[in-house]
Amino acid sequence: MADKIATREAYGKALVALADKYPFVVLDADLSQATKTCLFAKEHPDRFFDCGIAEGNMMSVAAGIASTGTIPFVSSFAMFAAGRAFEQVRNSVAYPHLNVKIGATHAGITVGEDGATHQCCEDFALMRVIPGMTVICPADGPETYAAVEAALKWDGPVYLRFGRYAVPEVTAGDAVAPFEIGRGRLLREGKDVSIVAVGYMVHLALEAADLLAAEGISAEVIDMHTLKPIDAELLVGSAKKTGAVVTAEEHNIIGGLGSAVCEALSESAPVPVERVGVRDTFGRSGKVPQLLELYGLTAAEIAAKAKAAIARKK
Amino acid sequence: MNQAEKQVLAEMANRVRIGILDGVYNAGCGHPGGSLSIAELLTYLYFKEMKIDPKKPKWEDRDRFVLSKGHTAPALYATLAERGFFPVEELKTLRRIDSRLQGHPDMKGIPGVDMSTGSLGLGISAACGMALAAKTAGKDYRVYTILGDGESEEGQVWEAAMFAAHYKLDNLVAVVDWNGLQIDGTVEEVMNPTPHNLKFAAFGWNVISIDAHDYDQIEAAFSAARQTKGKPTAIIAKSVKGKGVSYMENAVQWHGAAPKEDLYRVGLADLGLSPEEIEGRFKQNG
Repeated sequence: MADKIATREAYGKALVALADKYPFVVLDADLSQATKTCLFAKEHPDRFFDCGIAEGNMMSVAAGIASTGTIPFVSSFAMFAAGRAFEQVRNSVAYPHLNVKIGATHAGITVGEDGATHQCCEDFALMRVIPGMTVICPADGPETYAAVEAALKWDGPVYLRFGRYAVPEVTAGDAVAPFEIGRGRLLREGKDVSIVAVGYMVHLALEAADLLAAEGISAEVIDMHTLKPIDAELLVGSAKKTGAVVTAEEHNIIGGLGSAVCEALSESAPVPVERVGVRDTFGRSGKVPQLLELYGLTAAEIAAKAKAAIARKK
Repeated sequence: MNQAEKQVLAEMANRVRIGILDGVYNAGCGHPGGSLSIAELLTYLYFKEMKIDPKKPKWEDRDRFVLSKGHTAPALYATLAERGFFPVEELKTLRRIDSRLQGHPDMKGIPGVDMSTGSLGLGISAACGMALAAKTAGKDYRVYTILGDGESEEGQVWEAAMFAAHYKLDNLVAVVDWNGLQIDGTVEEVMNPTPHNLKFAAFGWNVISIDAHDYDQIEAAFSAARQTKGKPTAIIAKSVKGKGVSYMENAVQWHGAAPKEDLYRVGLADLGLSPEEIEGRFKQNG
């Protein structure tokens, strides 16, 4: 596999790379070194505004900027962008459907040692429930770049979720369809079970498919980078073909990808679904590999759940 | 401002107050008290101060206004209607299921509304964003916002105050409608946010204190704000909540309640309508 890069790092680089093509501005709340908007700030100091540790104000400021026709990217950790500033996102940004792009980093438990207060496993749920909000979580560096550019061209608010921890490239190459908001990407075709994954879990889903293949099980792997609007067509088609689904996300199993997939399938292709994710608990401090093991966010767990889903087929 | 100009503005403020009463009476609910307290401020802004064009509500280079105390939408709607953004007749549809006049300002649906507001503390931040955007784009439009004295109990107001001073937003004017009352009582009793003048000054703002119902003082304050460079201006405007309607003045219970027919009639009479004009309203309303 290619070199690893954290999606937050890819985000900062994408902002720099796209700066000459699109006249956006960037806001941050004293976390630019961590969110990597510092890369943009260094190149374009006149288009970067540090808002200090005041995320609520920053989000409403972004709404004011967007109302004048300039697109702002607003960055903080997912905990503060989606959590602290939830109401500003809902009322200042989403209710008037303004062109604010939220770049939220340090999502999920791969934050690591900082522990539960900073490990946001609720942001998919919080953002997905807001009318008109688009929710995207790329799986790797190339997909991050594509998602940032797509968000710039998208009319309306977009929540982009990025991680702190480096991930391998999984979406590069001609075999993968071009990135499009609202269109999941089929990374591997299979016939026994569909693994639908997002963000950090996508490369683990591919590893799980390898584990299953060794046991003679053919797993389809879908990178569902857009949680909302979710690609129901791809989901339903895959579920009807394989008859069993596993979801994998670095998020609470309540309200995130697992819920979104169940919502979509229950209406037109009700097949057994097993969910891999943080099981309605808070995180804790630890090294990332230890945390992934502790919370069951592993290829082995995905493979086990895949077999459980297959066993439930009628 | 000469006497004749003042007279015209005062008459306009009176019409705005009538529009406020018409709106909340027909809706059977709404927020008349804090609407009536800002009639002079809004009429000065929309008929004298701001660079706007009712025929081009989305004109890029217009001055912007954000009603941070969004619950006093009846006052903003009445002002916009009188200024020609939409028909005055429409004020009577306030809050109805088939009306675009939402209970709180909705920028997507209502011509002339520059920012959706209603959740307190958010509007002043949005105004900061507009002012920053103007400076970044090298545009000379100005941004105005009115917030409530009770609203300033929201911490975000002070985040915004810090932000505006930090980025030297001298194209921003925030007016605090100091009417002294909020839902649960006087602001001093509920959660004392005063003194606003010292607080804004401490945050690095140019501060001017005025009588919110005196056009000479209003004009002097906005003119001084235009002359102030390098810092935003806060105008602390002492007002009478419910101003102009006898039984609503300084009466906390009229923060968020609509008058029934008898008191609606009294209010219209207070605002100078003749008995015939008042009767005419009921015939019109069918």
